[in-house]
Formats: sequence, C-alpha cells, structure tokens
Amino acid sequence: MYSFDPTEEQQMLMDAVKKYAENDLRPAAHEAEETSELPKKLVNKGWELGLLQASIPESYGGFGERSAVTGALAIEEMAFGDLAGTLAVMTPSLFATPILLAGSEEQKKEYLPKIVAGEWSPFTAALIEYTFDFDPNELRTTATLQGDHYILNGEKAFVPFARGAESILVYANLDGQSQAFIVGKETEGLSIGEEREKLMSLNALQMYRVKLENVKVSVANRLGGASGCDFDMLLASMRIANAATAVGVANAAFEYSMNYAKEREAFGVKIAQKQAIAFMLAEMRTEIEAMRLLTWSAAWKLDQGREDAANEAYLASTGAADMAMMVTDRAVQILGGHGYIRDHPVEMWMRNGRGFAMFTGLAII
Amino acid sequence: MPIEFEAPKPITNAQFVLKTVAEEMMRPKSRYFDEHEHEIPWDYIEFMHNAMKAMGGSSLAPKENGNGNDTEKEKRPPIGYQLIAAQLEALSWGDVGMYHCLPGGGLGAAAVHSAGTAEQRAKFLSRFSGDKPTFAAMCITEAGAGSDNSAIRTRAVLDEKTNEWVINGEKIFVTGGDKSFTEYEKLGRGFIVVWASIDPSAGRAGMRAFVVEGGTPGVRVVKLEHKMGIRVSDTAAISLVDARVPFENIMGSPTVEKNMSGFKKAMATFDATRPLVAATGVGVARAALEFLKEKLAESGVQIRYGLPRQKLTSIERDVIDMEIQLRSAWLMVIKATWMADNKKPNALEASMSKVKSGDVTTRITQKVVEILGPLGYSREFLAEKWFRDAKITDIYEGTGQINRLVVARQILGYSGAELR
Repeated sequence: MYSFDPTEEQQMLMDAVKKYAENDLRPAAHEAEETSELPKKLVNKGWELGLLQASIPESYGGFGERSAVTGALAIEEMAFGDLAGTLAVMTPSLFATPILLAGSEEQKKEYLPKIVAGEWSPFTAALIEYTFDFDPNELRTTATLQGDHYILNGEKAFVPFARGAESILVYANLDGQSQAFIVGKETEGLSIGEEREKLMSLNALQMYRVKLENVKVSVANRLGGASGCDFDMLLASMRIANAATAVGVANAAFEYSMNYAKEREAFGVKIAQKQAIAFMLAEMRTEIEAMRLLTWSAAWKLDQGREDAANEAYLASTGAADMAMMVTDRAVQILGGHGYIRDHPVEMWMRNGRGFAMFTGLAII
Repeated sequence: MPIEFEAPKPITNAQFVLKTVAEEMMRPKSRYFDEHEHEIPWDYIEFMHNAMKAMGGSSLAPKENGNGNDTEKEKRPPIGYQLIAAQLEALSWGDVGMYHCLPGGGLGAAAVHSAGTAEQRAKFLSRFSGDKPTFAAMCITEAGAGSDNSAIRTRAVLDEKTNEWVINGEKIFVTGGDKSFTEYEKLGRGFIVVWASIDPSAGRAGMRAFVVEGGTPGVRVVKLEHKMGIRVSDTAAISLVDARVPFENIMGSPTVEKNMSGFKKAMATFDATRPLVAATGVGVARAALEFLKEKLAESGVQIRYGLPRQKLTSIERDVIDMEIQLRSAWLMVIKATWMADNKKPNALEASMSKVKSGDVTTRITQKVVEILGPLGYSREFLAEKWFRDAKITDIYEGTGQINRLVVARQILGYSGAELR
C-alpha cells in the first residue's frame, strides 16, 4: 500500500522537534551565525528531544528502534529551525548511528550506552576531504593492514566538534573500499587543526581539519570488526539526512518569503498578489514537495532493506541539493534588497542552500 | 497506515499486464496512427474493450468500492484513483494518444463520478460495461474561454413546459468528442459532458455541467483538429444549437446559489483528474528516458550512479537529473491520488502534481531528443513523437500556468479576486 501519513508516534516526535526548532533554534540562529557560537544549553535542549536515543534499543541504553523514515521526518523539522544548530545537536549520531547499524557487538556495548546516557557529548565522524571532486567512494585517506593493525594516513575536512571529541569515526580507503575506523582522541598521529573551518555558512558549527599520520587502529576498532561494514548503507543514511535537512531549510526559506510577500505592498497590492511572485512561490512549494517525497521514499526503502535504497538516496540527496539552492535563491529574490541584508534569515539559508551539494557526511539518520 | 511506498498488488498486477498490452498492441501501431491522423484504431479499441470486460473493469472512474477486482477489497483502504493513475501511466508509456482511445468514460465519466448524484452515476456510468466499446468526453473549452471558464458563453435555459434544458453554444478541444458523440456502428452510445451557464449574470456561480447523450439532435461535431502530437486521439469542435437535454442531466443544483457551491463541486472534478493527466505525462517521459538509456547502453555508454556531479559526464548528469525528476513527479501523482482515495482534500496536491508533470514531461522528452541527436530527431524512432506527444501534458486539464495559479492561491489562502 501507498501511504503518506506519519504514525501517531512520529507525529508527536515531529511536533516536539518543530516546537524546539521554532521556539529555540530559530530565535538563536542569527546571533549564533554572527558570533560563531552555539549556546551549550541550546544544543543540550535539542539533544534531550531524544532523536538519537529513540533510535537505539533498550539493550544499549536507548528507548526505541532506528527508522530512517522517522529520522528523516524529525531532522527535516529541526533543520526548519536552523541548520547549524541541527547539525550540532545531531553530531553524536555521526559516531553512534554507524556503530548501531554496522558496529560489532563489542563496539555497540562499549559506546552506545555511554553516548546516550547523559548530556550531549562530542563524538563525531570524519568523511569529507578537501578536494574539489570529493567522492565518498574514492577516499584519499588510506587504511593499510599491517599485522593486527590498520595504519591510517590522510586529511579530513569539515569535521564537526573534532576538537574535544572523545572519539572520531574516520572513513578511509581500504583496498578501494570505504571503511570506518574508531580513533580515540589521544591516539598518536592524530592531530586536530587549531583553527576552525571558515565556510560560507554554518559559522555556528565548530568544524575542524583532522590529520592522520600513521595512525594505528586495532582490528577491533574497525567499524564492524575484522569483516568491516556495509558502507553503501551508511552512505545512504547520510544522503537521506542531507536530503531531509535540505528540504527543511528550503521549507524555512519558502515559508518566510511567502509570509513576507503577503505583508509587503507595492503598487497598492501585496506583492504575493502579483503572479511574478505567486508563481515563484507555487514552484518553490511544488519542488519542496517533490523532494520531500523522494526523500521519504528513499528512507522507506532503506528501512525495508530494498536493493535500490542506496540509489534512491543518491537521487534524493542530489535532487534536494538542487532544489534547496533554487528555493533559497528565490526566497532572497522575493525579499529583494531586504533579502540581501543579514537582518533577515533568507540570505543565510541561501548560503546554507548551496552547501547541500557537499554536506553529505555532516549528518546521518 | 504509516508512511509506505509499497505498490499494492492490484497496481503491480495492472502494471505487469498493461506493459504487455503497451508492447504488443500500442507500440507497433504508434507510428502508423501518428501518420494517419483521424483514423480510428478499431482493432485496439475492440481488443481493449474485451480485455477490460474480461478483467471486470470497464471505466476509468473508480468502482464504488474503489478497489477494482481485488477480492480482499473489504479489508483494504480504497486505491481506486491510485490504480487508475498506474494504469494510465503504463498505457501512456505505450502510446499516450492511443490511451485516449481507450474505451470507457474518460474525463466525462470522471466528471459524473465526482460531481454527479448516486442516481446519475447509476444512470450514466453503467453503459461502459455494455457489449460495445463506449466513450464519454468533457466539453469545457470555447474559442474565447480556456482556463478562464467563467468566460464560457454556452447557455442552458430551462424549458419549463417540457422540463428540458435547451443548450446553445460552441465547444472546442473536446478530447474523444467524436467517439463519444458520433454514432458509430461499432460503438455503444456515449455522452459528452457540456459546461454551460444557467445564469450568465451570476458568473461562475451559474456554471453547470450537463450530460448530453450521443446523437442528441442539434449537436454536431463540426471539426476534428490537426495536432502536433497525440494525433490518434480525436480532438473535436462541437456545436450545440437548441440541443434539448432532460432536466435530470444537470450536475449540481438547478438553481444558482450565491456561495458558488455548485461551481466548486463541478471544479472538484479537476482535483480527481489532474493527477491522472499528470500520470499520463509521467508515462510518456518514462518511455523516452528508458529509450534513451537503451540507446546509450547499446553504444556502450554507462551511467555511473552515485558519483559526485564533478565526476559525471554531461550525459550522465542529464540522465540522473531526469531520473530524479521523473521519480519525484510520479510520487506526487501517487500522493495526490492517494489523498483522493482517502477523501482528503487534495486541490493543492492535485495541481502540484500537474505542474510538476507538465514541467518534467516536456523537459525530459526535449532533452532525450537533444541527447539522441539525429536518432532523436528522426522519425525512424519514437523519441521525436514522444517529444510532440508530451507537450500536451503541460496544456490540457489546465495549463502549467493555471495550475501554478491554483497552487499559489492554495498556499497563500487567496481567493480568485485576491490573486488574479
């Protein structure tokens, strides 16, 4: 059967996340972006909504079961509030979710209860590399087996909260396959950049370069142990998260510009009453819907273990990135000069909007 | 029901059967009927009529129970419109012009189904399961009234002596109008649904739809159009001169209310039919994209999915973008029809699905011809035909522009007066 209704539980979660997004994240977003600081209290409040905790079974200290559909629904609502805040709140998932999905029993037991037990704590992951044609399936960071250890070499970029992170899940190329390795903060050869990454947006999200020079990782600390992990499935989960956050940001920009167009007058009418504006809004709404459905479909396929889930996640992520760019650009256009002024959030969303073409790896559901 | 994208059994069954029909009965004749405009594809019509009877289906309007032939229908939520959308998509993948020649009620029956009373449905829709293939059509457009149907000048006046409506006017662009109205020996008696005003001073509030039986005196098919594409589908101009129609053939109230509920009820037809028309576009676009991929594969061109844009060739990028658009357009059709099946108000989703399909269908077919170069442009293959066929998706059942207007009014909460 086809069906498009979230379950009652999903709806409750979405409502709670929406409340947080609107009442907490959104009002703090501007200052956070300007000062490059996210209040710890704000992040903790988002953490307490329990998105990650609800995806981890009781046996590992959580209180639910992982569902990509639920994750996509919730993270879209949160990104509607603010993208940088969302990525910060969800950073521990970058580490915990791959462990949950692909970790060995020992890895799950060691890390999951610890992460979900208390306050938000910096566990993170490093996927992205600083090259124009970055391809998650052809990583330049390498892992080489030497005896009972892997040796990691390379450099990672855009790693959220790397500084201060307890452990980093580092993705590296092992014999042509992307695999993940748990690297503790004290590991020799691991160095975190002094300076934060300076990007076109996401100022509020602390991100760092991470260097790996002959970093030794035991076989037990390879994600999934000696047999490794299904990276396609993890990548699909990241792509769905990327698509869902893109939909959330686009929806924020759409709604804001629509409300503006209903207030702003020109030539004696609201500008929303002009077809030039109204048609832009209609197209924005249509494209948001299109990519939201594609994202849901990819998430559902992933939950079902469908063979085409990975490809649909790729299509959703690629399509949603284009859509977010188009929608956020138009939102700025609808506000005109006001859209270009940083007092309104649309210009920030437009800067976010371009990022979804390269943000895969900053969130996972 | 939680969010789910599993196609129900009746839909996958229909897709499987109709793919064979499309391959065996439609594709081999596509070119012939494109080049012999106004020839009626009798073999196909008769085959489809018998096939549909054998399958127990007869009309494109959903069954009262909404579940087609599903034997477990009582236990399941209705999927009538979703099933029709899947059928139309599959048939349009074969040939969208020939889909229009599918016997059954088409948009005419859809109008009766969504705007008619139970008595009217019983009276007018049963004919489609008769012995002979039977058609019905919708007559709205006039030379001076397209999307702006308040400009319709066709008039219906009640003759109180005979209790009949007397209709006068000129309709154009009636899809299937000839097969629905003209009396052919091989066809059952069809009807046309004619939109007319019962009170021109009332504007839209005075607009009503009337069922006009095939062969009614005073009504004439005056012209069959010559078109860019979907040439096998007849597009008729119909003139009505003092055409007399029984009183009970009016859909909606015979008196004019100030609140326009009669007009709105009639317009609700479009909430049901727009996603279906969107589905036909998706079928054409899928045909074109699959053909392109076949040709590329024959030439040894692989599409490397999963790569970042920076590493893709221009063709790969185009193909992947087309897949994104095609897939999401289809999901929008499914959602809009799912809402119709579940009696959720879907004016917004119906129009959005049509906007999306109109865009996607035209863009994909245009891009496919471009990428195929001389092979795309040649009439040796069907890509150029699909390009011509696809364009109508963005025009009929409301142009892309009028549907944008509907979407905009819905999201902004504006009336027609506030957003013109």
